[in-house]
Amino acid sequence: MTVTEPKPSYKYIGTRPVRHDGVEKVTGRARFAADLNLPGQLHGIAVRSPHAHARIVSIDTSEAEAMPGVKSVITGDDFPAVAPGDRNYDMCVNVIARDKVFYEGHAVAAVAAITREQAQQAAAAVKVAYDVLPPVLTIDDALAPGAPVLHGHMLTAGADPPAEEPSNISNITRFAGGDLDAGFAAADLVIEREFTTQPVHQGYIETHACVADTGQDGHTSIWCSSQGHFNVRSSTATLLGWETTRIRVIPAEIGGGFGGKTTIYLEPLAVAMSAKAGRPVKMVMSRDEVFRATGPAPGTRLKVKLGVQSDGNLVAGDAYLIYTNGAYAGPGGLLGAMTVFESYDIENFNIEALDVVINTARSAAYRAPAAPLTAFAMETLLDEVATELGIDPMDLRLQNAVTEGDPSTMGFPFARIGFVECLEAIRDHPHYTAPLGPNQGRGLAAGYWFNIGESSSATVNLNEDGTATVVTGSPDIGGSRASMALMAAEVLGIDVYDIRPVVGDTEAVGFTDVTEGSRATFATGMAVVEASRKMVVELRGRAAKMMGVDVDDIDWVDGQAVYTGSDGEKDPLPLAAITGKAKRTGGPLTTTGSLEAHGAGPGFAVHLCDVEVDQETGVVRVVRYTASQDAGTAIHPSYVEGQIQGGVAQGVGWALNEEYIYDSDGVMENPSFLDYRVPVASYLPMIDAIIVEVPNPAHPYGVRGVGETGIVPPIPAVANAIHNATGCRLRDLPMSPIRVLDAITSNGGSKGA
Amino acid sequence: MSRVHVTCTINGDPIEFLCDGGQTLLDALRDEVGLTGAKEGCGTGDCGACSIVMDGRLLCSCLALAPEADGTTISTVEGLASGDDLHPLQQCFLEGAALQCGVCTPGFLVAAKALLDRNPDPTETEIRYGLAGNLCRCTGYDKIVRAVQTAAQTINES
Repeated sequence: MTVTEPKPSYKYIGTRPVRHDGVEKVTGRARFAADLNLPGQLHGIAVRSPHAHARIVSIDTSEAEAMPGVKSVITGDDFPAVAPGDRNYDMCVNVIARDKVFYEGHAVAAVAAITREQAQQAAAAVKVAYDVLPPVLTIDDALAPGAPVLHGHMLTAGADPPAEEPSNISNITRFAGGDLDAGFAAADLVIEREFTTQPVHQGYIETHACVADTGQDGHTSIWCSSQGHFNVRSSTATLLGWETTRIRVIPAEIGGGFGGKTTIYLEPLAVAMSAKAGRPVKMVMSRDEVFRATGPAPGTRLKVKLGVQSDGNLVAGDAYLIYTNGAYAGPGGLLGAMTVFESYDIENFNIEALDVVINTARSAAYRAPAAPLTAFAMETLLDEVATELGIDPMDLRLQNAVTEGDPSTMGFPFARIGFVECLEAIRDHPHYTAPLGPNQGRGLAAGYWFNIGESSSATVNLNEDGTATVVTGSPDIGGSRASMALMAAEVLGIDVYDIRPVVGDTEAVGFTDVTEGSRATFATGMAVVEASRKMVVELRGRAAKMMGVDVDDIDWVDGQAVYTGSDGEKDPLPLAAITGKAKRTGGPLTTTGSLEAHGAGPGFAVHLCDVEVDQETGVVRVVRYTASQDAGTAIHPSYVEGQIQGGVAQGVGWALNEEYIYDSDGVMENPSFLDYRVPVASYLPMIDAIIVEVPNPAHPYGVRGVGETGIVPPIPAVANAIHNATGCRLRDLPMSPIRVLDAITSNGGSKGA
Repeated sequence: MSRVHVTCTINGDPIEFLCDGGQTLLDALRDEVGLTGAKEGCGTGDCGACSIVMDGRLLCSCLALAPEADGTTISTVEGLASGDDLHPLQQCFLEGAALQCGVCTPGFLVAAKALLDRNPDPTETEIRYGLAGNLCRCTGYDKIVRAVQTAAQTINES
């Protein structure tokens, strides 16, 4: 760990307790969504389109409905109509198609039966007549003159002049600053390169699952795996046209999300079938369904041009970014525009980003969405600049890195950030100067993610025996219960194991946004701190009553009320003594914290990667990896390291191996973990995580989100390492053996230019 | 369709259950026996989340048919701890923060136990290859490998 400045001495924050939900998870008892079964439960299965682009002519469910055990069959007609252009249109018609299907795997109907086998047979008996349309599968397809238009209502937002005809471009984002022409005129070196990348999947190991139970009174309970159960509630209510109060969502343990579980797929189908059948309905996706129908991250084509002076000063940047968001409008290009030049102080810049729709599954967020790809372009270009100018790649970054007060792309000044400290942490690490072996190369790359705040709520309940229950609305994906308990322990001054952190359902805790933007420990942590601080105020008041003194003469020190007044000595009152007398001093001790969190500190990371390239096969093996990242303050350092290490592994998979492969009809050809290979243990080395702590001024304990930034630098770090090992620049993902071998072969088979 | 009667030993207990002839052992364990520790991550034997040991052999239970369990001895993650005493692997996973979401954890623990049973003192590389049939998308494997190393040491020293 690198601590950059003195920080307050904390008793609990920064320690590494065993997580509170840990024993349940190592004994197999933790209950994930698919582990739950209710009496009378039916099994639901979605009927999915075999075509990437087609008009639905008719759906005949009569045969399916007559089959044994079948209790409910639904189609899009079972849901309220939603008009094209309505702000909920994309979400609603993605869950179940109405008049058109937009990708292979798009749900068109669903069936619930007593057994899963009966449901499978009935699903196969649903007859859907399609009028197959030509699919739009690539950026070129989508932008070609006369291309089939997916959505007749889609007029490009942000177009100048305003769009009058529908197209496959959902949005154009433009950011500019300074004088681009003057910037390039002042440059001694101008480099422009183009990059392509393919969609990849988040690859969470737990597939989507839910159980829905609609009672006679119409009230529904949903148990599901999601990154935000309040969002499941509101989205499901929207799809069904119900009031929010009819739905209660109970969060199951979640088996990974990485952004892919910030939206909904199954829940409205299960609820609609449960309401129709009057019985609980369970739906569990197969892995095949997960690949075909849920959240890939966008594919891209990125063109970036940099102007640099001979001393390394970056003076101009021009980016033209195209992101495919699958079948519906998405934010890939916008987020790419917000990240491409964000890490460096470039006065003159122009960014144009297109969001394009194609006939593939609707893209979903994936850990720092869009940023790993802009980093791929920017950080490999910087490496090339460093080589051209003969400047050390570390020095080039240190020279141009943004620091406090520098303007961001959007114009606001950065608050205190830790980019330079992350660079220095890598520069000063023994890895940076360690010798390389034969056929090995080393790559350096940085990454940025802005992180977000949003709404969070927490409740602190003190129990009679002096223990505490801390309820929040943020699902625990990677140890956040432990973080919440640590922050509450720090404020209340009681042992972290005397605190029970709980994830409350939508009727048990205040509204809390989805866990996204690395916000749980930051924003929900702030709500926990707020509720805990209110509790300390309450405890001081109760203690004053018990002692018969003025509350202003009570301090809260180390979990005890301490009298500081001048009326002699009084024994301190420990928390348990106050809770034990709560009935006599004002009743139950409960406080809440609810807030809209602002000031999510941007996260920076710097990675150093060594690869070994097999010159005969093109196989690239990562042999050493060191990653630094600014966590602000690490509440539970083990889980901060874990986030960094996990981001690295996903990024390495993205760099070297992972991609969606479609045939010419838009049918996915590798929808399994056999053909879509994510890194396994034997594929990776140990990942040395260096936590940098530059406290975030907006958080009471200095927290910055850490969940996403770690996936941003790996792709360029690997690419730069491959260049260092082979002399070859790879600008297309994945950098698979065949591509690496081609590059080596065309480069003369040696460490050339 | 008549159901198949299966008699086997699971985690030391005699167990009988009825299953369909085409049902996977994973589904039978989860739905008929009520042991939901093994998870289905893929259903094709590629992720290892459903790992169990059957007659001494590490197995993806999604690839076996439930009737094949007749007469066998099976251990699952639920049988790893002895009463309240966690197995050293479980303890080391907890102390080493070797789990994040936790859904792959049962499979990793079962696979790691099988590895240490046949190789009590594995090298880092042997651990990495020994666990290469199990996917974890959260941890990057670093803390999992370290936890297995520490557990091996703990077991060997006891």
